[in-house]
Amino acid sequence: MTVNVIGNPLPRVDGHAKVTGSARYAADFNQPGQAYAVIVSATVGLGRITGIDAKAVQQMPGVIAVISHLNAPRLAYRPHKAGVDPAVGERLHVLQDDRVRFYGEPVAVVVAETFDQAERAAAALRVTYTAERPIVDPSDPKSQPIVAEATLRPEAFVHADTSRGEADRVLAGATIKVDTTYDIARENHNPMEPHATVAAWKGDRLTLWSKSQYVVNERAEIAAVFGVPVENVQVICPFIGGAFGTSLRTWPHVTLAALAAMQTKRPVKLVLTRKQMFFTTGHRPRTVQRVALSVTPDGKLTSLIHEGAGETSRYEQFIEALTSATGHMYSCPNARTRYRLLPFDTGTSVFMRGPGEASGIFALECALDDLSYAVGIDPIELRRRNEPRIDEGENKPFSSRSLMKCYEAGAERFGWSRRNPKPRSMRDGRLLIGMGVASATYPAWQSPASARVRLLASGVAEVEAAASDMGPGTYTSMTQVAAETLGLPMDQVRFSLGRSDFPPTPSHGGSWTMASVGSAIRAACIAVQEMVAARAIADQRSPLFGASLDGVEWNEGRLRRRGDTSAGQPYRDIVARAGRPIEADASTQRDPEVAGRYSMHAFGAVFAEVAIDPDVGTIRVRRALGTYGAGRIVNPRLAKSQCTGGMIGGIGMALMERTALDLRDGRPVNAHMADYLMPVNLDIPELDAHFVDEVDPHVNPLGVKGLGEIALVGMAPAIANAVFHATGKRVRNLPIRIEDVLTA
Amino acid sequence: MLPFVLEKARSAEEAIERAAAGARYIAGGTTLVDLMREEVERPERLIDINTLPLSGIREEGGELVIGALARMAEVAADADVQRLQPLIAESLIEGASPQLRNMASIGGNLLQRVRCPYFRMLDVGCNKRTPGSGCAALNGLNAGHAILGTSDHCVATHPSDLAVALVALDATMRVRGPQGERSFPVEDLFRLPGDTPHLEHTLLPGELIVEVRVPGSDHSRRARYLKVRDRASYEFALVSTAAALVIENGVIRQARLAVGGVGTKPWRLRDCEAALAGRKPEKRVFEEAAKLAIQGARPLQHNHYKLELLPRTIVRALELTGEVA
Repeated sequence: MTVNVIGNPLPRVDGHAKVTGSARYAADFNQPGQAYAVIVSATVGLGRITGIDAKAVQQMPGVIAVISHLNAPRLAYRPHKAGVDPAVGERLHVLQDDRVRFYGEPVAVVVAETFDQAERAAAALRVTYTAERPIVDPSDPKSQPIVAEATLRPEAFVHADTSRGEADRVLAGATIKVDTTYDIARENHNPMEPHATVAAWKGDRLTLWSKSQYVVNERAEIAAVFGVPVENVQVICPFIGGAFGTSLRTWPHVTLAALAAMQTKRPVKLVLTRKQMFFTTGHRPRTVQRVALSVTPDGKLTSLIHEGAGETSRYEQFIEALTSATGHMYSCPNARTRYRLLPFDTGTSVFMRGPGEASGIFALECALDDLSYAVGIDPIELRRRNEPRIDEGENKPFSSRSLMKCYEAGAERFGWSRRNPKPRSMRDGRLLIGMGVASATYPAWQSPASARVRLLASGVAEVEAAASDMGPGTYTSMTQVAAETLGLPMDQVRFSLGRSDFPPTPSHGGSWTMASVGSAIRAACIAVQEMVAARAIADQRSPLFGASLDGVEWNEGRLRRRGDTSAGQPYRDIVARAGRPIEADASTQRDPEVAGRYSMHAFGAVFAEVAIDPDVGTIRVRRALGTYGAGRIVNPRLAKSQCTGGMIGGIGMALMERTALDLRDGRPVNAHMADYLMPVNLDIPELDAHFVDEVDPHVNPLGVKGLGEIALVGMAPAIANAVFHATGKRVRNLPIRIEDVLTA
Repeated sequence: MLPFVLEKARSAEEAIERAAAGARYIAGGTTLVDLMREEVERPERLIDINTLPLSGIREEGGELVIGALARMAEVAADADVQRLQPLIAESLIEGASPQLRNMASIGGNLLQRVRCPYFRMLDVGCNKRTPGSGCAALNGLNAGHAILGTSDHCVATHPSDLAVALVALDATMRVRGPQGERSFPVEDLFRLPGDTPHLEHTLLPGELIVEVRVPGSDHSRRARYLKVRDRASYEFALVSTAAALVIENGVIRQARLAVGGVGTKPWRLRDCEAALAGRKPEKRVFEEAAKLAIQGARPLQHNHYKLELLPRTIVRALELTGEVA
């Protein structure tokens, strides 16, 4: 008998701590004697620093130090790259020279006794520059796409060029086709919690309380930047107030906090302003894309071309999976993809929820919707007719694929049959009603991870992994995995995360936390269970003495012989008899042989209904539904919450989010929460997320595919398709705004 | 933020004396403190007027009187306001966010600073912030900016929704200063930018807004505020319209129209009103009148859509007045 904790819609184990304020976020870790650092950001978009008048500021009340390239030590910046860092290029070396590469680049950091003093002094610091006009827009005649070097590597997750068949030739000769372009605005992650780091040195040992989705790498990165041994750095981050990818990398402000602490020999706290979170902490890259499709009169795809380019900085080649999903989404004998980069005078882009897929799928799914009108076939039916039996891009079977099941279940729940396919045909009073649909997909990754389980004589199991919980509920779901595997009640499992000295885990992103960390915890639980069982079996005082390892069952904190209904032995007795906690570590990774054999992805079908005021052009999402096939769902309550959160992100991408750059100097003009629009409560209709049953024996022992990323993918094209259905006007740029549909 | 002195006013007289000597009034602080944090506003002295007895809301002989320190949320929820001037309640609910509405005062609402992003950027020119430094918005990102009442020195819109409603309703305001009290139409509070965009209002040094008075009239019952924006709440208007009609025997006897999001001040449309008077309240008539709104409009590079959106918003707001019971 097992406890069956996995699959239960349990509430968050950390919910009480969060709502009562006892959960501590990075900036909450104040240290004795702490000083405050405030960054001074460049006010030109490209150029050189010609002067920094530190003297005037040093006399200001409370100022301890003004650190700039003029007096900062040359930092080691030893080579170091993790998976979250662009494979090609070199990270920004902060305060190391007089160059300004982009608007908002840190040019100095001011340290003072109080935050107000530091803020005041930072504002007062006069910096002079020579300035040139930066290139920050694809329309700039000097902007040239380049091939990202990493996309030429065979193992790359996105390839510069892929091709099967003769897509261009077939397209040219086709009669039913669409050939369209898309432009998606840059977005900033804008989590509630700002980036924050508290840094404290003791000799050559550094502790960072720092907002991070990857404490293991933050430790390694900062060790490399400062040229100290990795084990001298400790990174602590028990809670994250939202991140969406912006805390995957270790950005310059972490270096600046550690540098300020080193220079002033004081613990230093540094918190970015909302405005600064638009400068050096990454963004979803602006993308421009082309999708061309052709089809037979009965709706069979004959050619598929997907070309796209995304912005990156001049110093690093950030790549994302913009065109990666296109190869496996639909069956088509002639398919070609092309992916390029647009290097701009800007900070480096970074992964943002649904990275690559969210933008690429938008283009593909809008084009497919266009095609459904061109060929006169219902959009779901069109997808059904092109449902592949294998991943035709990789020429491999899918480990599991439930896209059509998602469409069937979703169409039923959403009431798709009530849709009149004719554009501009559905109304509610004066309002134009549109219903749209789109596919979603995201890879089911698993990365190497490790975990530790420690059984205490009290009956409690302590579980540790470096890991992070930026909101999906890692604390809860990992506790469920341990509780179920150990056969313990939830409240007897204490899961801790967010320390770089815990067993290492991959970055908290890519929807692989459950698959990776969950698998490691499961393995560590099994390992510790075997250690305890081995002790019991060897212990003459134990009722299990002499049993075989296979003949022992573990449940509700007890060991029993299999099939035995007696009380057995509580494992805490075995631990007590051992005289010390019993501990096991485990590391797991996907079997490379299995990984090579299957194409592994989660799929989903996303439905949206919009209402558009035909007079003044306001667009409101009235309801939306995401139906996902994502393997086993560990906690349906958290899964639904995660999916509706992602869908809200998709509403933002579709209708609101845009970092607007002033082309004269590359500055984000709306770096303010009143001006960078994201959905507010009134913009969020009833959202429903639903999971089809899917058993995937290949992805990992838990059978999970991950949910965080796919939940954002598909929402924006579903909305754009609904806008077309409502108005008859196809908007190919995101966000879609009133001015875009006003004259529809 | 620069250091400043904060004093609590014990009386209106004391507050006025301090303000006449250079202190700035602070009530809800929702604009002022925000801008002080960014050093766009740099007052050396603040005089806190929150405890002055200026927050009452009452009816006086059919006239609605709103104290300058009444909070947006209070006024919006007030039974007299909803009964006498529902347009005001509607305009307030459409403004800001619940948190801001709980703090922001009526007097402060009228005096709030512009939302032009360049106004907040100390590293670009802004004639409003620093006279003579230029206008970065003129050739910058100006989709949200004005098409009416602009000059080569400033193109920022006035952000208040309430002010649009008050201007439509011919509201007046009572102010008290070192020289005593005076009253004038709310519309006269606002200045066009011209070549002095740093001068935004007509208050004399030290003058304190005491109350806003809204005359009772036949307009009040058929009055609606329509605010058009990309998200449903917590965004300033792309275009807004306060519309009120008096209809007798199937004919418009009188119309009141004021618009927001398009003018450098709350923009009353008297030509449109005249074009509606004596006509039947029907869409064709509304459309003809609304066309007049964009006469003389000067669109910028990114806000041409307002030439289309403004008349449509006016028409729709006029239609909505017909839906008022």
